[in-house]
Amino acid sequence: MSFKVIHYINQFYAGIGGEEKADYQPEIREGVVGPGMALKGAFKGEAEIVATVICGDSYFASNMDEATAKILDMMKKYQPDAFIAGPAFNAGRYGTACGAMCAAVAKEFNIPVISGMYPENPGVEMYKKSAWIIETPDNAVGMRKAVPAMAKLALKLLKGEAIGKPSEEGYIERGVRKNIFYDKLAAERCVDMFVAKLKGEPFETEYKMPVFDRVPPQPAVKDMAHATIALVTSGGICPKGNPDHIEASSASKFGEYDLTGVMNLTSETHCTAHGGYDATYADQDADRVLPVDVLRDLEREGVIGKLHNKFYATVGNGTSVANAKKFGAEIVNRLVRDGVTAVILTST
Amino acid sequence: MKLELHRLNVKSLKFAEKTGFADGVLSVNKAELLSLIAEDPLLGKNLDVDLAMPGESVRIMPVKDVIEPRWKIEGKGQIFPGLLSDVETVGEGKTLVLSGAAVLTAGKLVRFQEGIIDMSGPGADYTPYSKTCNVVLVLEPSDPNMDKHDYEKACRMAGLKAAAYLAKSCADVKADSVEVYEQANIREGMNNLPGLPKVGYLYMLQTQGLLHDTYLYGVDVKKILPTFLSPLEVMDGAIVSGNCVSACDKNSTYSHQNNPVIADMLKRHGKDFNFIGCIVTNENVTLADKRRSSTYATKLAAMLGLDGLVITEEGFGNPDADLIMNCWKAERLGIKTALLTDEYAGQDGASQSLADSCPEGDACVTAGNANEVIKLPAMKKVIGYAQEADVIAGGWNGSLADDGSITVELQAITGSTSELGYTKLGAYTL
Repeated sequence: MSFKVIHYINQFYAGIGGEEKADYQPEIREGVVGPGMALKGAFKGEAEIVATVICGDSYFASNMDEATAKILDMMKKYQPDAFIAGPAFNAGRYGTACGAMCAAVAKEFNIPVISGMYPENPGVEMYKKSAWIIETPDNAVGMRKAVPAMAKLALKLLKGEAIGKPSEEGYIERGVRKNIFYDKLAAERCVDMFVAKLKGEPFETEYKMPVFDRVPPQPAVKDMAHATIALVTSGGICPKGNPDHIEASSASKFGEYDLTGVMNLTSETHCTAHGGYDATYADQDADRVLPVDVLRDLEREGVIGKLHNKFYATVGNGTSVANAKKFGAEIVNRLVRDGVTAVILTST
Repeated sequence: MKLELHRLNVKSLKFAEKTGFADGVLSVNKAELLSLIAEDPLLGKNLDVDLAMPGESVRIMPVKDVIEPRWKIEGKGQIFPGLLSDVETVGEGKTLVLSGAAVLTAGKLVRFQEGIIDMSGPGADYTPYSKTCNVVLVLEPSDPNMDKHDYEKACRMAGLKAAAYLAKSCADVKADSVEVYEQANIREGMNNLPGLPKVGYLYMLQTQGLLHDTYLYGVDVKKILPTFLSPLEVMDGAIVSGNCVSACDKNSTYSHQNNPVIADMLKRHGKDFNFIGCIVTNENVTLADKRRSSTYATKLAAMLGLDGLVITEEGFGNPDADLIMNCWKAERLGIKTALLTDEYAGQDGASQSLADSCPEGDACVTAGNANEVIKLPAMKKVIGYAQEADVIAGGWNGSLADDGSITVELQAITGSTSELGYTKLGAYTL
């Protein structure tokens, strides 16, 4: 039995028309359309294009959510094993549509998703983490090279074979780290690299140093006496027993906990879920990480308006930046909704 | 300085009347070993010793440390100076090594950072300690409410005592092989091998507090200024782990004793460079300490006139800052660096891997992404407590399934992303 593939193309490659037809609404046709022919050839019978989705680029761009939902729904009855979009070369709206559909299909069907684009296509930056994007030239002249590479990668993914480095497979680096067993110990690889660097010989680092987001601090709060101050921590403070089971490392969630009437955290009421520091002192007195007692003093003294009646906590230990960003965005939404003026962030 | 390692190649373990070694078999008198570790009033009554061999359907967890049995049969000092024995300098003479054997400290959890060792199945591929013949100590505190610092110390000392006891009991057996290591003093070392670059090893040790401490000649390393050490001292147990950072990138006492970076640098000494020695430094929690130690460690390297440093990290996150400071401070002193670390890129591998970064860190080897998820099928036998899978670092509520299988991040597997580079694991960018 060969694998079932659904192919996504725009109105132009479907032969419906150019810019004047770019508002063409999503449609699904059984079998192969346009460049799907070349894909079919490249699959050599190992996979079959069971259906082709066609959508106008402008329509997709202006109705992204609706178009995505509609297409996903159309695809369901075919139970695809893989999804291929494009190639889009340097066409920006087409590339973005291909990337967005790949991301949506991967999420909905949990199947391999492959596209092809020119590296400067805006769809690359937006979706390279969600899809395998074969690097193509900037126009359709590159079709002959792009299609076999896309088909080859798709088959490898369908068969569950190991995927090589970007330079070996021809896809654009996704920025996704994947473990691999090498022939040598990491220690030996490190000393090899060290010797090459000492001798001025070429070497390839195993990890390119990341570039970080920098967040500029907000202006100072002018009127502290009427400000509502919230406490947010990555130090893992939670009600005793860790009711939400926040992980000791690599947290998948944060907790929201009530502070109404709480004047002081004690070893009877609170603890830390964090597995990355000496928790003895936090478990003895969680105020050391989440200073509720001091803020209650400031509240009584009138230095601050009030302490917000909820605090938010997660564990920073080994937690991915992606998860941290997600928690941060959600916590901020809730703080803004509740009219909080400023936040004190504590770590460990 | 000259050290001979007299190796007995342990291929099997058995319980017997008398502890000793013959024909590749290490015999263990269980009662004698148990009574030795039971001497510590901090340990409870329900102690046990078990054996686990490579290939067996056995899971050991939660594991605190791994120690190679060694005993000095000639020369100054004794193994694990400052903890088990006197503070005399080690690294000279003859040391008996039970190669292929290891003591594992397991049993009741001290804190979340302890690990899993599977002796077979997919998990076994990730830990170097599935290939050793393991004498497992199953420990518990005498008082369940004991201060965790005390319980950690009791577990650590039990492991060291057991390792020394096993090797000492084989001291009269002729070695299967002898390896000789020599280390010149600094004056001679500097004059030797003209024309080759002079290099050192900047050896970062985890020192952040409970379950995050390391000992050098018995001194808590968070209290030291960076200092100079011969690689031969390390082989005699001058460095002892008291930590679990996460199980995957804790440098076990075993991996210190067998430090593969030191082994490889000694191998290439005289060919590719002139290896002068090790600079030991810490990874403390405060910024002032980080700045002080990185400045001091790289200053030592500059005073020695080193051309290059291999730098290994222990742990992740907070100590990434120490690694990066060490890197750029050395590079700006004209000392070339290569870094050995591991990664926390998220379960999907899509997040950045380190918590700090500098452009000078252009030669970086990684021991893999510790967040990658693995499913460990059920084993026929569990030594220790499988339910801890739900709370240890790398696990989550529900990691332990009803069928006995465990789904966790690699960080829960002892030694899987060793930052001393003791595994072949690495990572690349898709």
